[in-house]
Amino acid sequence: MKVERDSQVLLETPGKDGWRQVAGESQWQIAWRMLRRNPVAMFGLVGLLLLILITILSPLLAPCNPTEIDYNHPLEPPSGVHKWGTDDLGRDILSRVLWGGRESLRVAIVGIAIAMGGGTVVGLISGYYGGWVDNLIQRLVEIMLAFPTILLLLSIVAALGPSLGTVLVALGISSIPGYSRLVRGSVLAAKNFEYVTAARVIGATHRGIMVRHILPNIVAPIIVYSTLGLGSSIILTAGLSYIGLGAQPPSPEWGAMLNYGRRYLRDAWWMSIFPGLAIFFAVLCVNLLGDGLRDALDPKLRV
Amino acid sequence: MTMYVMRRLFMLIPVLLGVSFLTFAIAQITPGDPVVLMLGNYATSERVTELREQLGLDDPFLVQYARYVWNAMHGDLGKSIRGQTLVLDEIVARFPSTLELTMSAMLFAVIGGVSAGVVAATTRRRWVDGMTMVIALVGLSVPSFWLAIILIIIFGINLGWVSVTGGEGIKDLILPSFCLGVGPAAVLARLTRSSILEVVREDYVRTARAKGLSERVVTLRHVLRNALVPVVTLIGLQFASLLGGTVFIESVFARPGLGRFAVNAITARDFPQIQGVVLFAATIYVLFNLSIDLLYGFLDPRIRYD
Repeated sequence: MKVERDSQVLLETPGKDGWRQVAGESQWQIAWRMLRRNPVAMFGLVGLLLLILITILSPLLAPCNPTEIDYNHPLEPPSGVHKWGTDDLGRDILSRVLWGGRESLRVAIVGIAIAMGGGTVVGLISGYYGGWVDNLIQRLVEIMLAFPTILLLLSIVAALGPSLGTVLVALGISSIPGYSRLVRGSVLAAKNFEYVTAARVIGATHRGIMVRHILPNIVAPIIVYSTLGLGSSIILTAGLSYIGLGAQPPSPEWGAMLNYGRRYLRDAWWMSIFPGLAIFFAVLCVNLLGDGLRDALDPKLRV
Repeated sequence: MTMYVMRRLFMLIPVLLGVSFLTFAIAQITPGDPVVLMLGNYATSERVTELREQLGLDDPFLVQYARYVWNAMHGDLGKSIRGQTLVLDEIVARFPSTLELTMSAMLFAVIGGVSAGVVAATTRRRWVDGMTMVIALVGLSVPSFWLAIILIIIFGINLGWVSVTGGEGIKDLILPSFCLGVGPAAVLARLTRSSILEVVREDYVRTARAKGLSERVVTLRHVLRNALVPVVTLIGLQFASLLGGTVFIESVFARPGLGRFAVNAITARDFPQIQGVVLFAATIYVLFNLSIDLLYGFLDPRIRYD
C-alpha cells in the first residue's frame, strides 16, 4: 500500500539487504501485528480467504454440475453421494452452494467497492473544497441519510427491475452517502495537518494533495467501515434475492436458493438450511475480521 | 424546548421533499408507460392519449411533481395502477400489522440487548461476559430470514406450536418479532457493554463510590444512566433496520404488513404504491428519531435543546 512505503521512507535507512527497519514501524505494520495476535480476527480472516478461494475454485471443487437436473433423485436427504442432499429437480445442493458464492459474494463485494469508491470521491471533494460545494453535497447527503437505506435500495430496484445486477448497483449507490460522510469527516481533520500545508507550499495541485497526501492518511477508517459494511451487504444481497427482487431462478445465488427452498420446508429442510449456513458463515467471518481490524486500525470507531 | 421541537419539525420539510422528489424522479426515468400498464397492451392509442391527458402525464416533470406534493399534503397519495385503489387507504390498512411487529421487535431488542450488555459489562466471571458477546456476534451475523426459516421448521412444522401460514394472534407475533429483533438486540448489547465499561472509569463514578454509596445505587444511578445516552441514539438508528427488516420478515411469515406491500408493489412496478410507501416509511422514521432526540434531555440534563 502507498502509505506504507511513504511513511517508511522517513523511518528507515537502507541496509545491506535492502530496506531495514531502524526507527519504528508504520501504522500498517503495527495494525498487522495487532491483528495477528488476535486469534478471533485471524479466524475471520482465514475463514473469509478460504471462502473466497473455494468460490473461485468452485468449478473444480463442486462434485456435480449446479444446474444439472436429475429426475431420478429428487429431494434426496443428505447422503454419501449428495452430501447436502438434492432439490426437487435432483440438483446437488452442495454444488449449488459452492457455485452460489460466485454470485452472492461477488455482488456484495463489488457493491461495497462501488460505495467505497463513490463515497471516497464525493467525501474528498466535499471535505477538501469546503464552501458551497461542501454545503450542497452535505445537504443532499443529509436527505439521503435521513431515511432508511433499504427504502432507497427498494426504490432503485423498483426503477431498474429485479435482477442481481440491479441489486449490485442499488447496494453501491445507496451506501455512497454513508461513506462520503465518513471520508469527509476524516478529510476535514487531515487537511489542516502540516504535511498538507507543506505540499501546498511546494506547489502541489489540489488533486495531487487529495490523492497523494490526504487519501493515504484516511484509508484506515474507510477499510474498517467497508469490512463491517460487507457483512450487511452480503445479507442484503441474499435477502433481496430471497424476496424475489434479486437473483432469479435457476441461479444458485444463496438467497435465491432459500427462496426456492421455501416450497419444500416440510419435506426438504436441507434445501433451506445449507444455503443459509453459507450466508451466516460468510457474514460471521467478515464481522470477526471487521471487529479485529477496527481494534487494530481505529480504536475510536468502536461501536 | 418548544422552539427546538418546532425547528426540528420545520427541518422535516426539506427531508420529506427530498425523499418524495427522489422517488418521483426514479419513477419518471423508469422505462414503461403507467397508462399502458393500467389499460393493458391492447388498448387503443386514442384511449391511451385520453387517459394520459386526464392524469396530467403530459405536463412537464416539475408541474407533475408539484401536483404530487400538493396532493400528498392533503392526504392524497394517488391511486394504485392496478386496482385503482387509494394508496393511502392501502397503507393505512396495513400499517397496524407492521407497527405491531416493529414495536414488539423493538421491545425485545431493547430489553434483551440492553440487559445482556449490562450483564456482560458488570459480570465479574469472564465466561459470562465472553458467552454473551459470542451470542451477540452470532445474532449480528445471522440473516433474519434464515433464522426465521429455521424457527418455522422447528416450531411450526416439527412441533406445531405456531401456524406456518401466518396467523394474526399474539402467539404468531413471537417468532417474527424475535427474528426481526435479534440483529438490533445484538448491536445494542455490544454498545451497552462498551459504553458501561467506558463510564465506570469516569471521575464521577469514583466520587460516587468514595461517598460510600452502595454498588447498586452507583450502577443504577451513576453508571447506567450515563452509559445509556449513546445507547438511546443507537435505538433510533436501529429503528431503520427494523423497518427495513419487515420487508424480509413479513414475507417469511406471510404477514399482511407494509413490508410485504412494498415488495409486491415493486414486483408489480406499481409506482404510486412504491412512492407512497417509501414516503410514509420515511415520515415515520424521521418522526421516531425526533422523539428519540427529545428523550436525551431526560437521561442527561447536561444536554440542552437550544
